[in-house]
Amino acid sequence: MSKVIIDTGNHIAGFACKAARAEVVAAYPITPQSPVVEQVAELVEKGEMDAEYIRVESEHSAMAALVGAALGGVRTFTATSSQGLALMHEMLHWASGARLPIVMAVVNRAMGPPWTIWSDFSDSLSQRDTGWIQFYCASNQEIFDTIIQAYRLCEDKRVLLPAMVCFEGFILSHTSMPVKIPDQNDIDDFLPHYKPEIMVDVDKPFTQGAIVSPDWYMEFRYLIQEAMDNAKALIPQIDKEYGRRFGFQYGGHIEPYRCEDADLILLSMGTIGSEAKIAIDRLRKQGSKVGSARLRVFRPFPVEEIRKLTKNVQMVSVIDRQLSFGIEGPLFTEVKASLYGEHDSPLAVGFIAGLGGRDVTFHDIEKIAEKSLKWLKTGKVNKKTEWVNLKEVV
Amino acid sequence: MKKSNKLDVTPLSRPKIGGMGKTGFWRTFRPTIKKEKCTRCLLCWIYCPDACIKRGADDTVEIDYEYCKGCGICANECRVGAIEMKREVT
Repeated sequence: MSKVIIDTGNHIAGFACKAARAEVVAAYPITPQSPVVEQVAELVEKGEMDAEYIRVESEHSAMAALVGAALGGVRTFTATSSQGLALMHEMLHWASGARLPIVMAVVNRAMGPPWTIWSDFSDSLSQRDTGWIQFYCASNQEIFDTIIQAYRLCEDKRVLLPAMVCFEGFILSHTSMPVKIPDQNDIDDFLPHYKPEIMVDVDKPFTQGAIVSPDWYMEFRYLIQEAMDNAKALIPQIDKEYGRRFGFQYGGHIEPYRCEDADLILLSMGTIGSEAKIAIDRLRKQGSKVGSARLRVFRPFPVEEIRKLTKNVQMVSVIDRQLSFGIEGPLFTEVKASLYGEHDSPLAVGFIAGLGGRDVTFHDIEKIAEKSLKWLKTGKVNKKTEWVNLKEVV
Repeated sequence: MKKSNKLDVTPLSRPKIGGMGKTGFWRTFRPTIKKEKCTRCLLCWIYCPDACIKRGADDTVEIDYEYCKGCGICANECRVGAIEMKREVT
């Protein structure tokens, strides 16, 4: 029987790991992720979850352990944040290069120094090019649903890639919300037992990821790119099927909100996207034709969906809770790359907001929209990225 | 949706004898077993990184000189000094 529980994003991620029947979990604690793996450890220790819980000495080892376990043919899970994810970097490539469907919760925390425990997406976006699928959540329900969906996607024979399910530290990780946990039999039906094609076998030994000459390296990179394209096509299908079975659906790659007749769309990721709904409702009341769109998947990047979303829009304002030093917000860059060469593509402007966990309220989002609308009206667009609520001391 | 199926998704290397050719000629030092000292403990057989120690039905051991590169690990591991490394190339 399904049940509704009220708990934090971190604990919900732990329950999703149990519901997905992960068989090996290797993790190292780090704020704000620790309650995820504490929850899993507790479930294993109580005998409620049939899994091997490996205590490792670092995040690098956590991922190394999962690479081995996944090659052994079991479903695997871990979670990390920030510097922990950075330390794991090398093994992230090993996981994707070995084509292992490992699922990891990334509780987003800004990179230090200066030391910080609060949220932005700089940790996971620093790992953009590791060959991992990246989901971004905006509610605790979405965390649960996305972890289950991620296994289904990653284990598909046409994909076979690892995925990060990212959610913002404290904003979701330590905030309690009601979440519907579906019946375990229904989850098992949606997510059957993992049967890998490539699996280590002591009777037929092999080495994975050994050296390939320049004659062959490119072909293996091409296969990862092809798998990403396949994932892109499967994400909306899986989202739809999940919605049909369990009642929660998120629009596939992008969750649009009141975008139908909009002149301006605010594009963001994570909880800024849910906060934006309040701003949109208020602006709509005043007669502004604005909508919001929340990107759920950063890799594979939904290029075609961005084009479709903005087809009849005059302007798209991208709010980045992350920064690529020396240029701009990475979401802004990729949105522009998606629109390049399109006929009648909208104006695109970039905003940096909420770095290091600074609150981004609906008032801030309203100001972003109002500024954008003013630029649109006057035709005087600020092409330089705007920093929202930047103190005048700099 | 496209799926290439001519190639495994990730390169897998499977063991075979002599994939790199006969590597015995790389050897500078040649291990020799003094049969009278050998206690058949099989440490050399366990430790040889190239599986060049051949184990007989009675646990006596022999060295496969076609592939032994002369690393000396067997001689180092042998607790009774039954394996001697002798310079082979001058």
